[in-house]
Amino acid sequence: MLSRTADNLYWLARYMERADCLARILDVTQRLAQLPAAYGGSTNEWRSALLTAGCAEAYKAVHGDEVTEQNVINFLAFAPENPSSIRNCFEIARTNARSVRTALTMEMWETINSSWLELKRHSTKNMTREELARFMSFVKETSLRFDGAAYRTMLRNDAFWFSRVGMYVERADNTARILDVKYHVLLPDSEHIGGPLDYFQWTSILRSVSALTSFHWVYRESVKPWLVADLLILNAQMPRSLTSCYQNITRYLDDIAAYYGRQGGSQRLARSTLSRLGNSRMEDIFQTGLHEYIDSFVTENNRLGSTVTEQYLL
Amino acid sequence: MSVAFDEMTNADGSIRSAYATLSRWLSNVPPDVLDMRRKEAEFIFRRIGITFAVYGDSDAQERLIPFDIIPRILTGSEWRRLSRGLEQRTRALNLYLKDIYSRREILRAGVVPEDLVYQNPAFRPEMNGQKVPHDLYVHIAGIDVVRVDADTFYVLEDNARTPSGVSYMLENREIMMRLFPELFADNRVAPVENYTDELLATLKSLAPGSPNSDPAVVVLTPGIYNSAYYEHSFLADKLGVELVEGRDLFVRNDVVYMRTTEGPRRVDVIYRRLDDDFIDPLTFRPDSALGVPGLMSAYNAGNVTLTNAVGTGVADDKAVYSYMPDIIRFYLGEEPLLKNVPTWRCREPDHLKYVLDHLGDLVVKEVHGSGGYGMLIGPRADKAQIELFRAKLKQDPNNFIAQPTLALSTCPTFVEEGIAPRHVDLRPFVLTGSDRVRIVPGGLTRVALEAGSLVVNSSQGGGTKDTWVLEEN
Repeated sequence: MLSRTADNLYWLARYMERADCLARILDVTQRLAQLPAAYGGSTNEWRSALLTAGCAEAYKAVHGDEVTEQNVINFLAFAPENPSSIRNCFEIARTNARSVRTALTMEMWETINSSWLELKRHSTKNMTREELARFMSFVKETSLRFDGAAYRTMLRNDAFWFSRVGMYVERADNTARILDVKYHVLLPDSEHIGGPLDYFQWTSILRSVSALTSFHWVYRESVKPWLVADLLILNAQMPRSLTSCYQNITRYLDDIAAYYGRQGGSQRLARSTLSRLGNSRMEDIFQTGLHEYIDSFVTENNRLGSTVTEQYLL
Repeated sequence: MSVAFDEMTNADGSIRSAYATLSRWLSNVPPDVLDMRRKEAEFIFRRIGITFAVYGDSDAQERLIPFDIIPRILTGSEWRRLSRGLEQRTRALNLYLKDIYSRREILRAGVVPEDLVYQNPAFRPEMNGQKVPHDLYVHIAGIDVVRVDADTFYVLEDNARTPSGVSYMLENREIMMRLFPELFADNRVAPVENYTDELLATLKSLAPGSPNSDPAVVVLTPGIYNSAYYEHSFLADKLGVELVEGRDLFVRNDVVYMRTTEGPRRVDVIYRRLDDDFIDPLTFRPDSALGVPGLMSAYNAGNVTLTNAVGTGVADDKAVYSYMPDIIRFYLGEEPLLKNVPTWRCREPDHLKYVLDHLGDLVVKEVHGSGGYGMLIGPRADKAQIELFRAKLKQDPNNFIAQPTLALSTCPTFVEEGIAPRHVDLRPFVLTGSDRVRIVPGGLTRVALEAGSLVVNSSQGGGTKDTWVLEEN
C-alpha cells in the first residue's frame, strides 16, 4: 500500500487513542482534585495533569506559570494552540481519514465524521463539572466506537495492522504516562506511603483506566502501589498493560513482515522490548525507581515509533 | 422561442412510449410518497458522503447537488443512434489530436485555421512530435448532448480534458434502485454499474509496453481540498487502485514509481484528475506543488500513460467545436452522425456581421468559457448587456462564438409546485481503449430546476437525474 496511506492510518489510530487518553487524564485529575482537604488533597493535581499529558511546556508558553483547573481543562480539551488537545486530535484524525477514505470502512468513517461534527456542540469554554463529565464520556465512547468499527469491519491486511500498531504504540505510551501521574503528584510531607491519600491516588489511577474491578479480580487484595504497577506494566491479562501492548505490537508487526516477506528494525526492536518486559520483576522495578523505569520505557517506545516510520511510512 | 419538446408528453397530450410505465406510475403515486422518497434520497446521499455537506457546515462551498427522483428515459434505439454518433466523434477527436501534434495535415489542407491551434492556450508545444501510447489522446471523454425534438440530438460541447460527473451517474442509479425497486421491475433498464469495470479495462489496455503484463494503474488527485475529491476517491475505490497525490509519486531514470510500504513500485497508467498546468513543475507551472517533477520526461520516454494525454484541450474549446463536422469528414470520410449546434464564428467577418445584427436572438459564448459563465443569452438580456457584448465582440471577435437559442427538451421533474417540465441535457462518458470504444448506456442528465431556465450547470442551481436506457424485449 501507499506509504502515505499507511502513515495516515497509523496516525489516525494514534490520535483517536490519544484523545481517549487525554479524557482519562482529565478524569483522574478531577477525581484527585476532589479529595477533601482532610485527606490531604493538594492543589498540584492540575500541574501533574499537564506533565502527564506531556503538555507542560506548551501550556507555559500560553498561560505562563499560573495553573488553574479551568485553564488546564480548556488547554487539554479544546485549545487550538495545543497540538495535542482533544479537539486537535479529532481534527487531525478526520483530516487523515478524509485522505484515506478508500482505506477505511464506512463504519469507521462515520464514527470519525459524526464525532467531529458533534465535538462542536461540546466546545464551550468554562464548562460545568457535569458538562465536562459528559464530554469525557463522549470522547471515550468515540474511541470505543472507532476501535470496534475497525475491529469488526476492516479486512485483515496491512491497512488493519498498521492502524493497530499505531493504536498500541500510543496506548503503551499513554498507560506509562498515566501511571507516572503518581510520581508527579507528590505526597505532602505529613502523609506516608500506604496512608489514606496514597490509597486514593492509586485507586483513582485504576479507575481512570477502567481497571479497578479487574484489579480486585486479579489480586484479591487491597490496592497496593506495587500491585497497581504490576497490573499496568507486567500483567498480560490487562489489555492496557505495557506487556499486553507489546504482545500486540509484536504480533501485528510480525504479520506485516510475513505479508511483505521481510523483517526489519521495527520487528527486532519490538521483540527486544517485549522480552525485557517479560524479564522484569516488580521488586527490581521499584528498586531502580518506578519513574525511572517508566521514563526509559517511554523513550524506547518512541524509538519504536520512529523506526516504524523509517521502515514503512516515508 | 418555440415550445420545447417534452420527452414524456407529446404536444397532443399523448404519452411517448418510453415513458408509458413511468407516466402511469406517476399519476397513481400520491404526492406525499414522492416527497418522502425525495427526502429519503437526500438522507442517503448525505450518509454516503457524496453530498459534500458531510465535510462540515463550515465548508460552505462543498454542498449537495440537488437530485431529482424522476428518471429521464431514452429508448434503446434512440440510444444506439446516439452512441454510434458519440463513438464517431471520439474517434475523430483522437485522430485530430494525433495529427495536430505530428504532421498537421488538417492545417495544411486548410480545413482548420492555424491560429486556432497555435494561439490556443491549451496547445502544448511540448507534445509536438511526441508519440503517446497507442496513438490515443482522449481516453475518457464527456460529450454534452442536448435534444430539440424526437429525432434531433445536438452536441453542445466536447470535454476532452478531465470530464467529471460520472460518480453522480453511478450513485444516482444506486439510489434509484434502492428507492424505486418497483419501477425497475416494470422497466428493462440497461445497467450502468459496470462503468468502473469498463474503465479499468480501458485503462489497462492503454499501458505502454507488452499487453501481457498486469499494469499498475493509479488515480492522481490534487487532494482533499479539490471540489471533485469525492469523485476521485469514489473511482479509485471502485477501480480497486491506489488514489495517489503528487507527493506519492517520483520519477527515477524516466520511470514513475509510487512510494509504498514495500518500497518503490512502478506505475504504468496514471488516470490523472489534475490539469496539464499542474502535472509537472519542471515542464509546466513551476509553482505547482500538486504535480510530479520529471513526469513529462517519463511520459516522453514512453514509460507511462497519462489519461487523458497532455494537450487535449486544443480539441475541445468552443472555436474548434464549430469545425468538428469538418474534422469528422476529414479524418473518417463520413458524415457526422450527431449534429453540431449551428455556430457563428465571430472571427469570420461575415459571421460577425450577422451576429452583431442579431444579438437579441442569439447566445454568445466565450471560446474558452465554461460552467455557463461569461455568456450572453440574447432573448433574456437587457439593452445594457447587449451593448456590453457588442463592444466586447468588436474588440476581440476571435474570443467569441454565437449560437441560436435552442429549445432544449424538457423532462418531468419533481419541484416545489409538483411535477413540472424542466430543461435537461445529457453527458454520456465515452471510453477509448487500445482495444475498443466502450460506452455504458446512459450518462449524467443535468436539469435546470428553475422554470424556463436553460442553465443546467450545478454551479448555477442545476440538479441531476438518473438516466435510463430501455432495452427492448
